[in-house]
Amino acid sequence: MENLKANPKTSTTDTDIFDARLQRRAFLQYAGASAAVVAMVAAGCKKDRSPIVSTGTTLDFKNDIGVLNYAYALEQLEAAFYIKVASAPPASFTQAQKNYFQDVQYHEIAHREFFKKVLGTAAIGNLEVDFSSINFNDGASVLAAAKTFEDLGVAAYNGVGVRLTTDAYLVAAGQIVSVEARHAAWVRDQISNGSFADLSSLTSLGANVSGGLDAALTPDKVLTAASKYIKTKINIINL
Amino acid sequence: MNILNILDEIEKVDGEIYERINPRRKAMKDFFQIGKKISLAAMPLALGSLFNKAYGQSTPTAVNEVLNFALTLEYLEYHFYNHALVAAPGLIPAGAPTAAITTIRDHEKAHVDLLKGALGTAARTPLDYANFDFTAGGTFNAVYSDYPTFLKVATAFEDTGVRAYKGQAPVLKGNAVLTTALQIHSVEARHASHIRQMLAANGAAGLKPWISLGTGGVSNDTGIAAVDPVYARENTTLQAGVEITAINGTAVTKAAAAESFDEFLTKAEVVTIANLFLKTGFKL
Repeated sequence: MENLKANPKTSTTDTDIFDARLQRRAFLQYAGASAAVVAMVAAGCKKDRSPIVSTGTTLDFKNDIGVLNYAYALEQLEAAFYIKVASAPPASFTQAQKNYFQDVQYHEIAHREFFKKVLGTAAIGNLEVDFSSINFNDGASVLAAAKTFEDLGVAAYNGVGVRLTTDAYLVAAGQIVSVEARHAAWVRDQISNGSFADLSSLTSLGANVSGGLDAALTPDKVLTAASKYIKTKINIINL
Repeated sequence: MNILNILDEIEKVDGEIYERINPRRKAMKDFFQIGKKISLAAMPLALGSLFNKAYGQSTPTAVNEVLNFALTLEYLEYHFYNHALVAAPGLIPAGAPTAAITTIRDHEKAHVDLLKGALGTAARTPLDYANFDFTAGGTFNAVYSDYPTFLKVATAFEDTGVRAYKGQAPVLKGNAVLTTALQIHSVEARHASHIRQMLAANGAAGLKPWISLGTGGVSNDTGIAAVDPVYARENTTLQAGVEITAINGTAVTKAAAAESFDEFLTKAEVVTIANLFLKTGFKL
């Protein structure tokens, strides 16, 4: 790794390594030749680029890795919440509600682990959550929190999708956000049947009633809204 | 796969291949990231993405095509619900069911108007109720006389809508239009979630708000064979080369893995479904 760091030609920093035709060609062939080597170089470069932050975690939105880590952070939060609910549901929950909270728990775990696996060594660490504002014995409190998480999740994916540059990630994000929207609609119907797509209640999250458009928020706004549930300090750069 | 050979071969017929890629330096960076993050099994997809950028498939024309395609689907949904509300008295029970269908109808109308406005003169010819056959050639003869049948078709439409938008997302990549499309897409998903619950309460006991595995692991969880094409591949558990079942040693079952990701439909698949409901002369 030290050797790689010392050689700017193997770096993906913003120095213009792609400018000369020959170098581009060489790079392409090199990139295709061995994914393993590419991964090594990328890992090395990642260390070069990431600012050292003594506390908390940093989401660097300059590329897809930052976006994926952002999604990973939100899925960590959701998964932690549903694991807690599913392990000890409020007494007022019906069997159907218990079953579906169990389902949602596994969906969020699947999302969390998907991002963790895709990110590999580039993944941020485990977030420390703060659910002190939620009364897990109270059905209404749990449903209200679930609604907040799901609507915010929808807003987050909708708002950040445009930053993704890789088709595979964009498609994956699209495949996840609709499941979050299905959750959101179901949870809302548990609170008040018929509120599944009440866009007028989502305008603060970026929804537009006349256009029939759902919530969409930029990452900074989403993280501000989520901050009371996350103890770990999250720094945002290159947004 | 040997990308080295592929690029060499292309260079023989297109000496500009590297130049084409060059202006999109970001494409190169993306490609680098893909090599880093996606398993080799997923590399053909990644390569396709690189070439899309090089050859500029995401032109404004392509964007308009996607928007017109979406507009067709929104016309279909709008007329389907609107006819039920205005021309099939007694079909939908008063109260919550009528309120829900009205909410959905209004959203579909908003989507039609929004897309028409965005397309301007490039918008497709408007579609009227008379241009559709919501019985799908007699498959759903009772669509406007039998409430459960109406809900079955509605479920198929909403789940199709969700999957159709998803499939077109890469064409809109990096474009502000993508955000709007995503905002429509998740509204359709909310509709789908609610309609599936309405269907569950009217004969399809146990149907979940999210698309689960069908009986015996088939992709269609509704049990309505006529709508099998709507659910093609929904039993998929492999995402971007990552197997979701039991991922990282978790207790995620095959069913949960299938539920946790909605699949996309290709444009051709959506066209086949939509054409079932469009009369001759108006088919896509």
